Amino acid sequence: MSRRIEKGVQRPPPVTILVDGRLVPAFPGESVATALLAAGYVAFRKSPRAGKPRGPFCMIGSCQECLIRVGEVPVPACQATVREGLEVTLGGTQ
Amino acid sequence: MTETIASRADVIVLGGGPAGMCAASAAARAGSDSLLIDENSQGGGQVYRAPPAAFAETSPGAFGPDHAIGASLRLALADSGARTAFGCRAWSVSRDVGGAGFRVDVCDDNGLKAWRAPALVVATGATERVLPFPGWTLPGVHGLAAATVMLKAQKLLPGERVAVAGCGPLLLAVAAGIAKAGGKVAGVIDLASVSDWLRVLPGALSRPDLLARGAAWVAGIAAAGTPYLRRHAVTAALGDDRVSAIALSPVAADGTVDRASQPLRIDCDALVIGHGLVPNCDVTRILGATHRYAPADGGWIAVRDGDMRTSIPGLYMAGDGGGISGAAAAALQGELAGLAAARDLGALAAQRHLDLAAPLRRRLGRAMRFGRAMAGLMVERPGLVASIPAETPVCRCEDVTRAEIDQAVAEGAREVNQVKAWTRCGMGPCQGRMCGDTVAAVVARLVGGRSAAGAFTARVPLRPVPTAQLIGSFDYADIPIPRPAPL
Repeated sequence: MSRRIEKGVQRPPPVTILVDGRLVPAFPGESVATALLAAGYVAFRKSPRAGKPRGPFCMIGSCQECLIRVGEVPVPACQATVREGLEVTLGGTQ
Repeated sequence: MTETIASRADVIVLGGGPAGMCAASAAARAGSDSLLIDENSQGGGQVYRAPPAAFAETSPGAFGPDHAIGASLRLALADSGARTAFGCRAWSVSRDVGGAGFRVDVCDDNGLKAWRAPALVVATGATERVLPFPGWTLPGVHGLAAATVMLKAQKLLPGERVAVAGCGPLLLAVAAGIAKAGGKVAGVIDLASVSDWLRVLPGALSRPDLLARGAAWVAGIAAAGTPYLRRHAVTAALGDDRVSAIALSPVAADGTVDRASQPLRIDCDALVIGHGLVPNCDVTRILGATHRYAPADGGWIAVRDGDMRTSIPGLYMAGDGGGISGAAAAALQGELAGLAAARDLGALAAQRHLDLAAPLRRRLGRAMRFGRAMAGLMVERPGLVASIPAETPVCRCEDVTRAEIDQAVAEGAREVNQVKAWTRCGMGPCQGRMCGDTVAAVVARLVGGRSAAGAFTARVPLRPVPTAQLIGSFDYADIPIPRPAPL
């Protein structure tokens, strides 16, 4: 978790989310995109036409590049908030 | 679609950045029932975006000066009596049918809802311009604005060795923010030269405090021994499945890439890049307000008066959405818009309005001088647009390349909506928000300017809404079956 900034910030105790069936540690309140990036995921899906890997770009819910599924619902990972037991599927909506 | 019962307010404010928070506060203090709608869980917008409520400062001030300003605006909003709807996405705006005013449709975790009000203050801020280059779609490449969200709100470094590129004050803020958080900046790549920065100095002197902060950022970058390349542009992000290095070349003042010189290379595992800010005026365009193309303001802007009134009665635009002028100006414009809305609704007497607005106008003048000076560093560089290689995707969603856009124009497309229809450029899930400005800039070069090239027609939904949410839950037995038509 070296990418998480430690200086000046006190996080709540970590929880676990499930990413494609794999357990990934995360902190309640941070976005799913943050949890994934911190865990070393960079590509969240492939672009539909050229099939190229894509990851978070704008981080404010505009670009839709970080689209994942939380449960059955497609949602930009940067707009989804981490909570214990969240089930995430990568690969966009295809 | 599920039936939605519209709730009423006097003033609806769209967007919870400094402009929106100040607009909602001012209108409420002036006696209007004001409602602030924002998709985030707290006020602040991008510039004062707050970390998650569950994250705490280890000591007072540890989150930095912007956090403190944001916190004071959030406090003022709470004290003002304005109502708030956070975590609430506005996906549609329309003129209220059968009454003077506006309707805003929103969705949140509880489903759909609609609000009606005779006055609407639009405070939707800006979006970032990132001009395409080969490799800009690689994972590990992010916008500069995205980097500020990571640093300020998510408390995440963009990478372990981060290249920071583009132009404007955000460039320095992000580079300094990464270093301060304990990260490594691989290099700062600035489109501007020293003389470009010196040219905006007179305007920047209107806010010596902010100028000093910028100077400290530059000094910090220099002290860390970080390479600072001026008048350079990133010409490629390199790597297979993620960025592992960038290529750079010198550029002319207008951004034209000097292909003759040997490109430089910097190894990195992240690139954060932004080429300025573009006013987000989707809402005022959908509602049919008069707009004009103003390059110095960042792009298309709603025409407005000194009280932030647009051409449509009851519709106001405050903050960067009305022209890039920075956070300090946005807050003052928001306050002016909120007061004007209260006055126009009869909640605030004309003389009282003038008394309250006069000091705000004086402060706005000063803030605008600073903001406009910074905006001058973030204007679109036509040479950088011209330098987008043919095979580079311009539309990230649909992988539409520069060459495909040029070809559409060569085959007769005269403006961007024809290009869209012919190429699918701008038809993906971002709805043209990422590529719209670039496509217009590319097409403008071929059809004789931005006004001729036009802009993608602004449409609802403003954000994607899951169909399940629009439909709501129902039993099949509840679906009314119309009587068969007589034969």
